[in-house]
Amino acid sequence: MFIDFFYKLRDTGLDVSVNEWLTVMEALRKGLCKSSLTEFYHVCRAIVVRSESEFDKFDTAFADYFKDIKKFDEIPKEIYDFLENPKAMAEDFDKLAADLRNGNLTLEDLQRLLRERLEEQKERHDGGIYWIGTGGGSTMGHSGYSPKGIRVGGEGRLRSALQMAGEHNYRDFRDDNILDTRQLQVAFRRLRQFSSRVEGPKTELDVEKTIQKTCDNAGRLKLVFDRPRQNTVKLVVLFDSGGSMHRYSQMCSALFQAVSKSNHFKDLKIYYFHNCIYDQLYTTPECRYDKSVETNWVLRNLNKDYKIIFVGDAAMSPTELLSVGGNYYYGVFNEEPGIEWIRKFKNKYKNVVWLNPIAENRWIHTYGYDTIRMISKEVDMYELTVSRMEYALKKLIASK
Amino acid sequence: MNNFNGSNEYVVSEDLMRSVNIAMALEKPLLIKGEPGTGKTMLADAISKALNKKLIIWNIKSTTKAQDGLYVYDTVQRLYDSQFGTEGVNDIKKYIKLGKLGEAFNSDEQVVLLIDEIDKADLEFPNDLLWELDKMEFYIPETKETIKAKVRPIVIITSNAEKELPDAFLRRCIFHYIEFPNAEMMAEIIKVHFDDIDEYLVEKVLETFYLIRDVRDIQKKPSTSEVIDWIQALAIGGINPDEIKEKVPFAGVLLKKNEDLETVEKAKERGFARPRW
Repeated sequence: MFIDFFYKLRDTGLDVSVNEWLTVMEALRKGLCKSSLTEFYHVCRAIVVRSESEFDKFDTAFADYFKDIKKFDEIPKEIYDFLENPKAMAEDFDKLAADLRNGNLTLEDLQRLLRERLEEQKERHDGGIYWIGTGGGSTMGHSGYSPKGIRVGGEGRLRSALQMAGEHNYRDFRDDNILDTRQLQVAFRRLRQFSSRVEGPKTELDVEKTIQKTCDNAGRLKLVFDRPRQNTVKLVVLFDSGGSMHRYSQMCSALFQAVSKSNHFKDLKIYYFHNCIYDQLYTTPECRYDKSVETNWVLRNLNKDYKIIFVGDAAMSPTELLSVGGNYYYGVFNEEPGIEWIRKFKNKYKNVVWLNPIAENRWIHTYGYDTIRMISKEVDMYELTVSRMEYALKKLIASK
Repeated sequence: MNNFNGSNEYVVSEDLMRSVNIAMALEKPLLIKGEPGTGKTMLADAISKALNKKLIIWNIKSTTKAQDGLYVYDTVQRLYDSQFGTEGVNDIKKYIKLGKLGEAFNSDEQVVLLIDEIDKADLEFPNDLLWELDKMEFYIPETKETIKAKVRPIVIITSNAEKELPDAFLRRCIFHYIEFPNAEMMAEIIKVHFDDIDEYLVEKVLETFYLIRDVRDIQKKPSTSEVIDWIQALAIGGINPDEIKEKVPFAGVLLKKNEDLETVEKAKERGFARPRW
């Protein structure tokens, strides 16, 4: 059942597996959906969706797939209104009679009956066997009894599921949105490589080995120590703090906060540059010459285990990237073009990525599209969003 | 079949109730995510009370390992005992202590197992529990014993979304995201906490509370537990409800950061209107 819906969900980018779909089917079989689309919506969502960031995708797919059922809206509002206040069933209700009367009706019959009643019904009816109503034994309405019938109104109203899905209440959570510090911090936690093979004293008691040794030693205690496991990731983040980056300053500041708050790195260095890197890197965002270090010093002193993240829009005038003396800052002459410096980083370090705050679909036609293209040929470039960041960080952690 | 309908002390939204019942019917763990202060941990307690089942809580910390939940082999104790030739050292069973998960499995009656704040643990932690939660059993190699759940416990897992949980783990859970309660719901929650409370005060408090939550630039938004403390403070202080919005008394109860207090102070001065620039 609903196989198309399953594929529809997959098409919207929800990673639904056959296993989960079987669970949905199991839920249907167990009657958890109570033959109502609203319940089906909730059951299905609870099983299929794995994070609030996926609610919106689910809603979109659901609204689209079930949109044709909206024709049930045609039931007049007056009828819905009185159905909102159901009457209880009569105590002497004859269940058997209802079974006999309605037991053999087919779906077509039921639909025909509903259409007929909609034509002729003008007022409230409860407890009967003919009209749309509550607490009765007709084939239409709710809170009544009939072996077969169409629920109209009441709990699990059809419309509400579609309405809910149509409202996109969870749009804010979509993870292709821009990010805040916390999300970034979470992302940075991925950047971990544990190892006990780091330098340092052996300070941790290795219980297993101690026991082994003690037993080998005929029961006389013999202690064995080991080095503690540590995160070995060392990170260098280089921020572009040039003029064109101003509009992304909030994003970059979020990223900066996240990086600097992450205390799980073995080492973290942050440098700044203006548009492109040249002979100097700056230690403050103002990029002042008196607070700078030689880029060569950095390349010499930080060994190849460091992972490099460039953050910048990579949009500049081509001369800034390609020419000798292309540095935009007056009085700071560069003997080698900027792109050579980027290549130096790429050659020395195994893991280099570039995060670009410009949306990826604009890379080909925005200002600086040519330098973006050239730089992304040298270094893997990712859009600065949560989902793309994950790829970037995976790339960083991968051993080449 | 078990059916959860909320309890006297816990106000539950229809959505959440539905998810709980789905999870129980399908015998799958229920993963609860949501802002701090939305009552994730309280849920398990409410379920256990409503269904009259024992509650077993496994609090997860950053150092917790999956193994801790299954069983602990107290090697050090055994080592000590062996040095002194204590009776029963050769009986390994004596040194195996079941963890919370093991306890839940070993129980004769169905229990509610709360795995609280699973995201606190190491990234790999949930992965290490896949088999155990799926099959509800585990093997103790030391004693060659298999601990298998006699009755599948109702498993509730909470997460503050500090870390992403692994996909394989998420696939096995029923997912529910608790949204921050709206004013209507909050009023109900407050009623549950205070037997006798001036409705007008609650109304005024909530008006201001949601205004404060909406102030931009607030770093730590106040949540349910804070508003309850606040009402307590206001009631004891005998504050006139009409002055709450104007003065925001005892703001320190609501806001825990200096910066936030300053932000709210400024917002208060312009009557919580959005800044014009």
